[in-house]
Amino acid sequence: MNRLFRFAAAALLLAAPAVLASSAKAQDSITIGFTTSQTGALNVDSLAQLRGFEMWRDDVNAAGGIKVGGKPYMVKFVSYDDQSQGARVQQLYTQLIVQDKAQFLFSPYSSGLAATAAVISEQYGALMITAGAAEAKTYELGNKYLFQLYTPADNYLTGALQAIKLKKPGATIALVYSDDPFSKAVAIATREQAKTMGFKIVLDESYPPDQTDFSAIINKIVSAKPDALLGGGHYPDGATLTRQIHDQKAGIKWVTLLVAPDSAQFATLGASAVGVSVPSQWAPQVKYKSNYGPSSESFAQRFKAKYNTDSDYHSAGGYGAGLLFQHAIEQAGSVDPAKVAAALDTTNITTLFGPCKFSTDPASHGLQLVHQMVLTQWQMKGGQLVKEVIWPLAASSAPILYPIH
Amino acid sequence: MFGIFASIVDGLLIGTVYGMAAMGLTLIWGVMNVVNLTHGAMIVFGMFALYLIGDWLGISPYAIVPPVAVIGFGAGVLIYWLSVHRMIGRPPLMSLLSTFAVNLVLIGLGTDLWGTKLFNIEVSLPGLSYGGYTFPGTHLMAAALTGIIAVLLFLFLDKTRSGKAIRAVAGNRVAAELVGIPTTRVLALAFGLGVALACVSGALIATMFPFTVLSGSSYQLKSFVVTILGGLGNPAGALLGGIALGLIEGLATPFMPVSWTTVIEFVVFVLVLIAFPRGLFNFTFRRS
Repeated sequence: MNRLFRFAAAALLLAAPAVLASSAKAQDSITIGFTTSQTGALNVDSLAQLRGFEMWRDDVNAAGGIKVGGKPYMVKFVSYDDQSQGARVQQLYTQLIVQDKAQFLFSPYSSGLAATAAVISEQYGALMITAGAAEAKTYELGNKYLFQLYTPADNYLTGALQAIKLKKPGATIALVYSDDPFSKAVAIATREQAKTMGFKIVLDESYPPDQTDFSAIINKIVSAKPDALLGGGHYPDGATLTRQIHDQKAGIKWVTLLVAPDSAQFATLGASAVGVSVPSQWAPQVKYKSNYGPSSESFAQRFKAKYNTDSDYHSAGGYGAGLLFQHAIEQAGSVDPAKVAAALDTTNITTLFGPCKFSTDPASHGLQLVHQMVLTQWQMKGGQLVKEVIWPLAASSAPILYPIH
Repeated sequence: MFGIFASIVDGLLIGTVYGMAAMGLTLIWGVMNVVNLTHGAMIVFGMFALYLIGDWLGISPYAIVPPVAVIGFGAGVLIYWLSVHRMIGRPPLMSLLSTFAVNLVLIGLGTDLWGTKLFNIEVSLPGLSYGGYTFPGTHLMAAALTGIIAVLLFLFLDKTRSGKAIRAVAGNRVAAELVGIPTTRVLALAFGLGVALACVSGALIATMFPFTVLSGSSYQLKSFVVTILGGLGNPAGALLGGIALGLIEGLATPFMPVSWTTVIEFVVFVLVLIAFPRGLFNFTFRRS
């Protein structure tokens, strides 16, 4: 009896891996690979984007996965920390494709890192949706498997210029921006648009991305006597510039900066933040009529409940990028990257993140064509700093505050 | 025209704080020939110490500067015993790697605790305004406090028994040991003092600008430039080097794009290394 028991136990042990493997096979999955900046300078915005990705994955898997030809596929992530460094992105995207066999890719956060990742993904013919990357140049290089979620950088400050034109036609403008690929791309387009709209640029200057003291730049701004300041770059520089504009009483009537004022953390700047506006890819107040996935209102509420912090455009963009893959895979009825890429080419949907359609022109393939931006402004309401949508007027949640000082 | 003057004054004000940060770095080098690569992390440590204590006690940030100095001194002595003591007298690369490792650990811990999100300390201190240009109160106060701390440091090094012991060890450790100076304790004291200076400069920077866990690297880089301008191992030179760096920034900015100031700083850095390898202000206490 004892020998029989031992024999049966041994047989069960030997059979266990095969049984486990067969149960794993019963549930197919789709692997999406990406890197996030868990450390380094891009950590704040990149983690917000990661939360968007994760919330989408959890929602999809809770609903039984993505249906492909009636068969459910659960979504799996493989991700690494890129330390906010291009060299790590290059190494890790190769690893994601070659070793981890990721079927689809999300881009890392920021235009610079996404451009680096795109070189690798195109080289291997891997399909990648870029979230958190607005620079348009990457889509003018003949890429075939790259698709952009965000409004391109060229249009980042268009809304701010239109709002200024409404309040003070012919205003004088100081264009002061960080010397990084994204901010420079925005500045080039803004310079042209400002001239076309009849504004005079009285100061046009870039600063190094790691600039720590803006005293001298603000003295130049004061000397140039502009009505409005447009520019900025990413998070630390934008926040420092805002604080010093206030401390040095620069007296500018309008300030729009890139990226930094969009973060909820910007409110810690207190009085310095009042009136500062930021072009935003998305805001919780915006009511797009979503025809795929949850509404922006429901997303914002559930995000707050899940992470105990407000959603921003980086997190909504993360969720939106996931929805795009989900929609394209369902439309393609296949997980074959070529068929999913073909489905993305014909995508024309509105999600919580807004409308989405990609260029199919070989000269700009994958470039976002229809997504629109909003302009939000920090305003004091009942002693609390709140971010209100002020442009376009049709979508605004509060009147424009002008002049801010 | 006043804009140029305002830029120069701003440069000088901020330069004094660069100088204080560099004094800590150069003091450690001067006494024990160790390049302290925890310097940037300790500047950030000072920023966070000021923020957290201020948040807890709710008092003026300037009242917290002395406790920050004491905490910084304690942290410095601890780092000395953990990572520097066994490297004294060994090839410079050993202490370089050792302090670099501690720097990575500290930055990693900080990132894990607070991420790289921004912290801001609101300070209401009236500034001086003229013709549309304003010198913020925080900048004026930081420069004034730096001046006071520099005087106290020189009095300590020049007049007190411990200060004289530090100078003796910097001059010749073996001779100092022979006359009965407990040199190991003196080295720990000097390292603690250097780190305390880094922490206090971090605290003063935190009253002027918002900061993140990663803010230290820029100031560490500036400290190296200042140290070379002032002369390695020379705290008085470091203070003057800081002021010189601030002056370069203030003078250059009105006449050229801000992006060029870094280029100019490093051109000056290389020129000083070639023409004045002992620094521009070579009146060191280190008799080497």
